[in-house]
Amino acid sequence: MCLAVPGKILEISGDDPQLRSAKVSFGGAIKTVNISFLSEAKVGDYVLAHVGFALNIIDEEEANKTMEYLKLMGDVE
Amino acid sequence: MKYLDEYRDSDKAKLLVDAIHKKVTKKWSIMEICGGQTHSIVKYGIDDLISQNINLIHGPGCPVCVTPIEKIDKAIEIASKANVIFCSFGDMLRVPGSNTDLLKLKAVGSDVRIVYSPVDAVQIAKQNPDKEVVFFAVGFETTAPPNAQAVFIAHQQGVMNFSVLVSHVLVPPAIKAILDSKNNLVQGFLAAGHVCTVMGYKEYEEIVSKYKIPIVVTGFEPVDILQGILMCVSQLEEGRHEAENQYSRVVTREGNAKAMEVMYEVFEICERKWRGIGEIKESGFRLKEKYSDYDAELKFGVVNYSVEESGECISGLILQGIKKPVDCPVFGTKCNPEHPFGATMVSTEGACSAYYLYKEKKL
Repeated sequence: MCLAVPGKILEISGDDPQLRSAKVSFGGAIKTVNISFLSEAKVGDYVLAHVGFALNIIDEEEANKTMEYLKLMGDVE
Repeated sequence: MKYLDEYRDSDKAKLLVDAIHKKVTKKWSIMEICGGQTHSIVKYGIDDLISQNINLIHGPGCPVCVTPIEKIDKAIEIASKANVIFCSFGDMLRVPGSNTDLLKLKAVGSDVRIVYSPVDAVQIAKQNPDKEVVFFAVGFETTAPPNAQAVFIAHQQGVMNFSVLVSHVLVPPAIKAILDSKNNLVQGFLAAGHVCTVMGYKEYEEIVSKYKIPIVVTGFEPVDILQGILMCVSQLEEGRHEAENQYSRVVTREGNAKAMEVMYEVFEICERKWRGIGEIKESGFRLKEKYSDYDAELKFGVVNYSVEESGECISGLILQGIKKPVDCPVFGTKCNPEHPFGATMVSTEGACSAYYLYKEKKL
């Protein structure tokens, strides 16, 4: 039920704050997603989408930190 | 796909499995809250990969599973009415009520529609002014802001032939109810990453200090879950109890303020019955008085319902980790995904259903 999928914003449209939407590519499948909860979202951002709404922008720096941590674990091995 | 594939990488998973093995010196019981996490754990065999000393308890975090049977009966009564278009997410359609389910109702001619987003249901209402359009608003804190936004939009645009049947549930009261139970076995939690995407994890800081129990906000992919288990086990082995965040690429301590704003504009906290568990204080959302025109229970007069659950089902014990699905005498035989007896078999995210799908060979 709480399934949410990462996708990349291709285009943003709409002025109504409740209906502001974006075309989001999920690995090539493009869907319209409501981005009213993310006033700062911009084209090129990756967002986490759930039931047609983007819930947050994916933080690339934090994602890289996790990957670095795992890489470091591998190096120690 | 970026942000998915790298979290399904087997080399990274192996590193984490080894690290968990090295860390664990005692037996620990850890509960993953969310049904999505349960599904991943059983699908990828994570419970078989990690140390035998770690007992993963599958928590009550599947809103489809814990929606009380009387709410399903109300949905069925409303959807049976001639002038109603009943809209729902797909996973609620097969959940059995006392006598039937929404999918069977659709098969005999009721207008039951699967929608991708709650806002689509508002759109259907605008396109069908002579019909009553009802949306089944089910979910945790993840889904509450989108559902609230749909009600808010309908209110703003004056769409009066739209209403919602609300069965929202909240995670922290369920965690407290589990910890307060005299049968509690849980020593650490993996909190539901997507719930925390909205809510942040500030509210868990009070729980970790009151109950002295580690809580690690965790994602859904195998690497996320293994890292969450490692972080939780490290806390347990080192005698720490903190609210930590494994899923930092989408979860912040404060959560999404805009999403919470619309959620608290439309909903207020109420007592809620959970299928398989019973009443939990302050564990659900209902519409605020201001939005009562959008309350389908009031609109269709389906307020008082009470239904007894199957006596053969042990889902309440499974949700507390006291029993595993395979301990149930009717698991996989009389009770299966086609004919579920109770909470944990009704959705693919329920523990029994996940075991049935992925562990069948072990029967």
